[in-house]
Amino acid sequence: MARQARRWRAGAAGAAVLGLTLTACGGAKVGSSSSDAGGSSGSGKCGAFNLAVNPWVGYEADAAVVAYVAQHDLGCTVTKKDLKEEIAWQGFGTGEVDAVLENWGHDDLKKKYIDGQKTAVPAGSTGNKGIIGWYVPPWLAKAHPDITDWKSLNKYAAEFKTSESGGKGQLLDGDPSYVTNDEALVKNLKLGFKVVYAGSETALIQAYRKAEKNKEWVIGYFYEPQWFLSEVPLVKVNLPPYKAGCDADAEKVACDYPVYDLDKIVSAKFAKSGSPAYDLVKNFNWTNDDQNTVAKYIAVDKMTPEAAAKKWVDANRAKVDAWVK
Amino acid sequence: MTVVVEKTEPPGKPEATRPGPEPAPAGEARRIGRPLVIGAILVVWLVLFVVLRGRQTLALAAADLTDLHRWFNDVNDSIGANRNSNPLFLYFFNEIRLVIDHLVTFVQELISQPSAGRPLPQIGWLGVVGIAGYVSWAFGNWRVALLAVAGFTFLGLQGLWQESMDTLALTVSAVLVALLFAIPLGVWAGLSDRVNRVVTPLLDFMQTMPTFVYLAPLTLFFLIGGASATIATVIYAAPPAIRITAHAIRTVPETTVEAADSLGATRRQALLKVLLPMSKRTVVMGVNQTIMAALAMVTIAALIDAPGLGKTVVQALQSLDVGTAFNAGLSIVVMAIVLDRVTTAASTREEEARRSKNRFLAWRRPLLGAGAVLTAVLVFMSHTYVWAAEFPGEGGLGSSIAGAADTSTTWVQDNLSGVTNTVRDLITNGLLNPFQSLLTDSPWWLVGAVLVALGVVLGGRRAGITTAVCVGLLVATGMWSDSMTTLASTVVATILVMLLGIGFGVWMGRSRLVDRVLRPSLDAAQVMPPFVYLVPFLALFGATRFTAIVAAIVYAAPVAIKIIADGVRNVPETTVEAATSAGCNTWQIITKVQLPMARGALTLATNQGLIYVLSMVVVGGLVGAGALGYDVVAGFSQGQLFGKGLAAGLAIVLLGVMFDRITQAAARRAGA
Repeated sequence: MARQARRWRAGAAGAAVLGLTLTACGGAKVGSSSSDAGGSSGSGKCGAFNLAVNPWVGYEADAAVVAYVAQHDLGCTVTKKDLKEEIAWQGFGTGEVDAVLENWGHDDLKKKYIDGQKTAVPAGSTGNKGIIGWYVPPWLAKAHPDITDWKSLNKYAAEFKTSESGGKGQLLDGDPSYVTNDEALVKNLKLGFKVVYAGSETALIQAYRKAEKNKEWVIGYFYEPQWFLSEVPLVKVNLPPYKAGCDADAEKVACDYPVYDLDKIVSAKFAKSGSPAYDLVKNFNWTNDDQNTVAKYIAVDKMTPEAAAKKWVDANRAKVDAWVK
Repeated sequence: MTVVVEKTEPPGKPEATRPGPEPAPAGEARRIGRPLVIGAILVVWLVLFVVLRGRQTLALAAADLTDLHRWFNDVNDSIGANRNSNPLFLYFFNEIRLVIDHLVTFVQELISQPSAGRPLPQIGWLGVVGIAGYVSWAFGNWRVALLAVAGFTFLGLQGLWQESMDTLALTVSAVLVALLFAIPLGVWAGLSDRVNRVVTPLLDFMQTMPTFVYLAPLTLFFLIGGASATIATVIYAAPPAIRITAHAIRTVPETTVEAADSLGATRRQALLKVLLPMSKRTVVMGVNQTIMAALAMVTIAALIDAPGLGKTVVQALQSLDVGTAFNAGLSIVVMAIVLDRVTTAASTREEEARRSKNRFLAWRRPLLGAGAVLTAVLVFMSHTYVWAAEFPGEGGLGSSIAGAADTSTTWVQDNLSGVTNTVRDLITNGLLNPFQSLLTDSPWWLVGAVLVALGVVLGGRRAGITTAVCVGLLVATGMWSDSMTTLASTVVATILVMLLGIGFGVWMGRSRLVDRVLRPSLDAAQVMPPFVYLVPFLALFGATRFTAIVAAIVYAAPVAIKIIADGVRNVPETTVEAATSAGCNTWQIITKVQLPMARGALTLATNQGLIYVLSMVVVGGLVGAGALGYDVVAGFSQGQLFGKGLAAGLAIVLLGVMFDRITQAAARRAGA
């Protein structure tokens, strides 16, 4: 018993000595410098601003710039939330999301949340034009210039054959986030192609990247603005031009996709709140080139979204001032 | 989206699978006849396929919906619309959310997020490393303590300290909540057969239903944030703990319980003093599996704004930045390996301590006390001083890891894609395409009948009935054709998994050295988020079904390999020696002695291989597998496809249950 007690004492003393030596070499204390606390946040009358960030780089560019301006010019406390589209829209109703900055069409969501539940309201265009269509890698457009006309696609169908396309040409579809009419298009334009679902943007980009590098035949569904086009400038294939109403019946579509006016959606509550952040979102407007620039900073130059936003804002002060005037 | 379906009993006892009442049919005649019967069934199928090809295939185009799918949509919409007025939400879900939110926030403020009035969390890196080391040592041994300290420091050196701690905080909260329910439920299921029968299908459902299906509705119930992420993780991570706890209670020797009874112990006493202490070791294995499953959810939870390493992975992959994604994935692997080794050591500690007559044993208690004091000092310093709170350095190691990963993937992509294309085309054209067209182009009732017949022959009458029910429900989901496409890829992947499993499993089972070298990479393959290796795979194989198959193999083969290695090792030494002295060469020993005697392990490996492959179906959908996987992914992304995604998820569950019941029954027969 006594022996054990002695050991205890020895152990405790040793630990105490060790502890004292370690504390003695100290250093700066946590919270002693006030600059850590981030003085700029929350000081303005703006308050909290919950911004949804949908998972693609173009959106991230929008969100980075709006968040940067809201934080530094308006003094808002910005919380960015990484969410898929549907979940972000759901957040309007639960009060956890104030704004969605880049909506691609999504008539289904508009019908459900703007007309149905009335939890969301539109907040105008971002100024970006969303183009959806069929694209081929640049080498292919150069080697066979007529391929950009849909009428010659059947001529080349055999070249697009893969292990997945069951003897026909392969039309690579498939970021699951967007509605496609491609199966109907193939049928109605009488093309000898089969739609193969790649299943993710990553898969599409990787397919095009490889095709350009190894001079392979690939045709698929893609869209702009998209940062990848600054790496490999894909060429769009001309389908029969879009006319209003030609896509009314999903079964009988035989025309190109419309040009989408990408727009902003905010929660109904946020629109009425009188927050300066709402005015910023409403006024936010820029071009495809602007977005591509910031997206390139993020995706290709590997800058953080904040750094990318700062770089662009510093270079485009006039545009920013027009949003926050 | 690593979806670990872990329903193995802890390794080493593959034969003791769920004590089922089913009697093993004896009789040599039937055993010889079985392959013949299977052959006959397949021949009949082929003949009828040629005659009836393309009829009644129940195909459904990508954008088409059935009434069931529309009904699912309506239900989902009405829940969303009535959220704010429904008392169930106001008084039930909101309360749950509040409690869990508080727990998560508390743990986060402790180790990862700035808390009230402080720019940094309460406990800095030095304190966390100290606690990790101390706890590992106290519950495990000094070797795992060293591993824990090294592992956690490595996370900091990678430049991902805060992200790692966010992941750890979420994992710890989820595991706590999961165990709170899982252990009592597991004990109950262990004590009562009826409860066990009710719980088992529910657990199957929780483990095989793809998370993508319920992620969006979950945020409707519990809002975006920590609570939803935790609950999604709990749903997936709790089942292994329930199953293994129940199993542990069941395997306490009958005689011990009887002895306690005869000594006059009450039920309560028998439980607290006999059953629980005796099953402690196995229960800790259950905790281990729950931790692993929770870590597998990290990247999925990131899709609903869960902070941590998952976010880093998901964001890096938006710009196909493999290096950064790999670095974060490696952090998850390191954390998983540390937690796995520590809990495993904890489960065997007492035995080991008893066996090794360690002369330091007398010193253990004072040393523990001293360790506690030291840890407290470290925690205090990390609370007070910046250098101990914020991990120093710029995470230079992380960027070199990212750089190296980038370089090596580029090299592989540039130099191997010729070979890989040949392999892909060979397997796709030679095996996958014919098999898929056999499944999808036959009339549905023909395939259904074949499946039921195989179920009866392999697993007995009860397995046959289960199969029939599953086939019927598959047809009802409206996803029959897609299910058959997925089934074809699943079977091909499982065959490849078993080939790898037997090859490496035998090698590992026969050599301790090989085992020790290979095991860490197997662990890594199981916990590395698939998103990370999908990008290079896409570059190698394109967006094809084969890419999905390869991804499934990477994930499922380690399990099969481990089970088979255990099975081979458990073949009695004396039998192998007898065969050697009888003049058998190595090849003969493997094929005539070790593999036949490890038959139970082989069947279990097939079962687990299949279930693991099925759990990768959704990941496959992201890289070109189409079918059920794509339906689930699209249902997650597009509102009007929600119902279809849910139906596809149900179809995956049904395929899983069907296979599980057939192979389990077959395993019981093989073991008998």
